[in-house]
Amino acid sequence: MIPRIYRIERRTEEYPGAFTVHLAPNGEDVVSHDFSPGQFNMLYAFGAGEVAISMSGQALPGRSHTVHTIRTRGMVTSALARLREGEEIGVRGPFGSGWPLAEAANKELLVIAGGLGLAPLRPVIYHLLNQSKPRPIPRFRLFYGARRPEEMLYRSELEAWNREMEVQLSVDHADPSWHGNIGVITKPVSSADFDPKGCVAFLCGPEAMMRFSIQVLMERGVSPADIYISMERNMKCGTGLCGHCQWGPNFICKNGPVFRYSDVRNWLGIRAL
Amino acid sequence: MKTIAERLQEHGFFQGLPREQQNFIAGCGENSVFQSGDYLAREGEPADYFFLIRSGRVAVETFVPNHGALCLQTLEGGDIFGWSWLFPPYEWTFDARAQDTVHAIRLNGKCLREKCEAEPALGFELLKRFARITTARLKEARIQLLDLYGDRPPANPGAT
Repeated sequence: MIPRIYRIERRTEEYPGAFTVHLAPNGEDVVSHDFSPGQFNMLYAFGAGEVAISMSGQALPGRSHTVHTIRTRGMVTSALARLREGEEIGVRGPFGSGWPLAEAANKELLVIAGGLGLAPLRPVIYHLLNQSKPRPIPRFRLFYGARRPEEMLYRSELEAWNREMEVQLSVDHADPSWHGNIGVITKPVSSADFDPKGCVAFLCGPEAMMRFSIQVLMERGVSPADIYISMERNMKCGTGLCGHCQWGPNFICKNGPVFRYSDVRNWLGIRAL
Repeated sequence: MKTIAERLQEHGFFQGLPREQQNFIAGCGENSVFQSGDYLAREGEPADYFFLIRSGRVAVETFVPNHGALCLQTLEGGDIFGWSWLFPPYEWTFDARAQDTVHAIRLNGKCLREKCEAEPALGFELLKRFARITTARLKEARIQLLDLYGDRPPANPGAT
């Protein structure tokens, strides 16, 4: 429960208002920071507070440093945004459930991300690409939607990934210099060639985007039991003690943030929650 | 070389349509190829055609004075473009520009209308298929309006 002190080793601007930090443990004692793709840390900006941020780097065993992509939205993330390389922050974690990669074994994995939602899915993509062949998850592809091309995360990596896997990008708006898809991300999902009975989908993005994507997947015949979503609501303590993120019978920080859609669809439909 | 009827069978829009109806419609169609930058349609001009896009990408655009062309949506192989030929005044409401080499089947709207009038069952079947696509496009446009990836949902001054 006590934050460990980390130093910002590297900071990169993804686009105005979104940045990625590479954190290394401060001091002599190098500790490993093993995590499962989909888990998160509580990042503590001293004097401002804590915020739950998913790991967005590679989940390699024994690694001590951790990577997070953060969007500036509130007081804590604004404080984190002001920190520069060499400065310190507190880190607690990892917390929460990860993406159930074992569920996708011998199936096709559809990774569907919107906006900053690509960050928690990036460790999944690295995990898939790092698998030795024959891969336990033989086929996978990424659908990534963003507002504009310049508001896409990891643009150079997207190009690299596209050489190794199928990557479908779509933006809501773009100028004529963009030669990719323009339109909502649900469209390429609806027209993609996949076997709805032999696939698993991982979704992360704004809740409305996930809802519309789920509608499309279910119209295509994907079972609600084969759809997984990552939720982000009101996480404060990271351990299920404070109760802020209670969502029906679940605490998002402890039982989630990754949930099987069939397990939470009733709660997702309650507007008062 | 495949016939138009065979190409119609391959396109999702006509899948499941009885063979004789596909053959009947094929009489209105021809193969067409557009190079990057070519226009399939220009806003305000007569909407004489309906396009089944086989490959390539088409930008649906509108021109904004002092700004230039704004792309609203892109379409690709498997999509269709154009339903303005169905309703008076039979004029395109948007521009459609090829972003790369586009292979399409161009169906003559007037010819299709006449066939639909002559065979109402076919007309009803086609209208159902268009209705499904217009509904999907409307839904997509509504989702785009939500600005899902913005900082917050768009302001709604009417909400309390």
